[in-house]
Amino acid sequence: MKPNFKEALKSKEFIVTSEIGPPKGTNLEKMRHHIDILKDSVDAINVTDHQSSVMRFPSLGGCLEIREHGGEPILQMTCRDRNQMALQADLLFAHSRGINNVLCLTGDAVPVGDHKQAKGVFELDSVQLLHCIRQMESGKDLGGNDLDGAVGFCAGAIVTPEAKPIEPQLIKFEKKIEAGAEFIQTQAIYDLENFSRFMEFARQFPVKILAGIVLLVSARMAKFMNENVPGIFVPQNLIDELASVPKEGALKKGIEIAGRMIAELKDNSICDGVHIMAIGREEVVPDILAASGISRKPTA
Amino acid sequence: MKSITRQKSLEDIMRMLQGLDRIFIIGCGTCATMTRTGGRDEVLDMKQKLLDTGKMVTGWTVIPTACDDMTEVSLNDIGGTIKNADCILVMSCALGVQKVGSYIDKIVIPALDTLFIGVEDGTGNFHEVCDQCGQCVLGYTAGICPITACHKGLLNGPCGGTNDGKCEVDKQKDCAWTLIYRRLEAMGRLDLMRQYQPIKDSQVVPRPRITLIPQGGGL
Repeated sequence: MKPNFKEALKSKEFIVTSEIGPPKGTNLEKMRHHIDILKDSVDAINVTDHQSSVMRFPSLGGCLEIREHGGEPILQMTCRDRNQMALQADLLFAHSRGINNVLCLTGDAVPVGDHKQAKGVFELDSVQLLHCIRQMESGKDLGGNDLDGAVGFCAGAIVTPEAKPIEPQLIKFEKKIEAGAEFIQTQAIYDLENFSRFMEFARQFPVKILAGIVLLVSARMAKFMNENVPGIFVPQNLIDELASVPKEGALKKGIEIAGRMIAELKDNSICDGVHIMAIGREEVVPDILAASGISRKPTA
Repeated sequence: MKSITRQKSLEDIMRMLQGLDRIFIIGCGTCATMTRTGGRDEVLDMKQKLLDTGKMVTGWTVIPTACDDMTEVSLNDIGGTIKNADCILVMSCALGVQKVGSYIDKIVIPALDTLFIGVEDGTGNFHEVCDQCGQCVLGYTAGICPITACHKGLLNGPCGGTNDGKCEVDKQKDCAWTLIYRRLEAMGRLDLMRQYQPIKDSQVVPRPRITLIPQGGGL
């Protein structure tokens, strides 16, 4: 694993990131297992921040675990749960502990999660959070006060290339880049033609784009996402491909599809890298990479 | 513009009426009548429900506009049936409850929850249109308020939950930023949407919010 994600972004190499979701509770065994598998296979590991508004062990805690295991974490930070003071305090702490990468997100809505009556904060949005980071890097907090020790981050954001309509998304994408986003990890993409059209637009901006690859494990999952997850579209030919194999072979087929997509993105230089989301099956990320022809040897 | 209310459950109301047996009910002839939560019919319905639980209703009235200063006159005209009550059950928005409470030295019990200040559309539904945030951005958003029309109150564009022009929270509801985009696009003013909107001041008028008129007038 490269020691520094920011340096990796600057290189001409195809970037690979992946992500882990912290547990609901204090049993960190599974998360640590996933960190062990991923830390030498990818350039950096995202840690989700109460993904889908489900309360969990914090992203910051997961990032510290990655650091302690010798990996490179990307702190996912949503604006849902913290006001500007809490966000800034977490950024100070993250910087002090060697967490150098932040992915700025608005955050899912509270009612989609498991604390449906909780207050959603959203005092900042993702664009404003990027501005906040850049201001803190200049040595000032959002109140305009001097920081005794500034922060420094490689800051990123997301975009949803399959959103409908796409135009408002693209305007926000531009605002994120103007606000200082250095990398973009996209929502899951499956339709490479549509993604290539998005990339034609995105190429004009000075930002690295990592295509989101969500591992498909069954035709049912693909159909479910099409019906229920905004901004995700799995084309029918992929659903048919998954359905064409016996149930026990679906995971293998999903790995093959993900590997094939990554290879196509890389070989045709469509984007700068990929962000692999295996959603609970992190142990197969090395298999996906192997299927794509990308080999990563542990640096030991 | 109306104060949009919803009746509390009888269970909630009975919890607040614990130990209070003689009740005077007040409805409101304006917003709560329009929303059918505290007009004459609802007051009479509530009266029957309370009688069914064994409570005594000393009297009832529907004040034309409960939040108005004239409420004092209405209350004075009623006299005895209010004086004999242990408490006043008010079937208006919280403005009316507070107004009634300011004129009577008795416990006031809200029978309704005040949800938002809304305007009615052609279909008879009410929409929240203003959060009174103190920093109006309607000039950048084609007259659509992103604070009230977007679930997250986002200022710089849509989130990733936007779904074919609908909101991830409820497929029945429009995505505010899709509406804003379409209107600005039609006007040829997408430049407004491209402008960065900074973080809002959450303390424009710190609570309690009171206007203090400076000497010489004006706010």
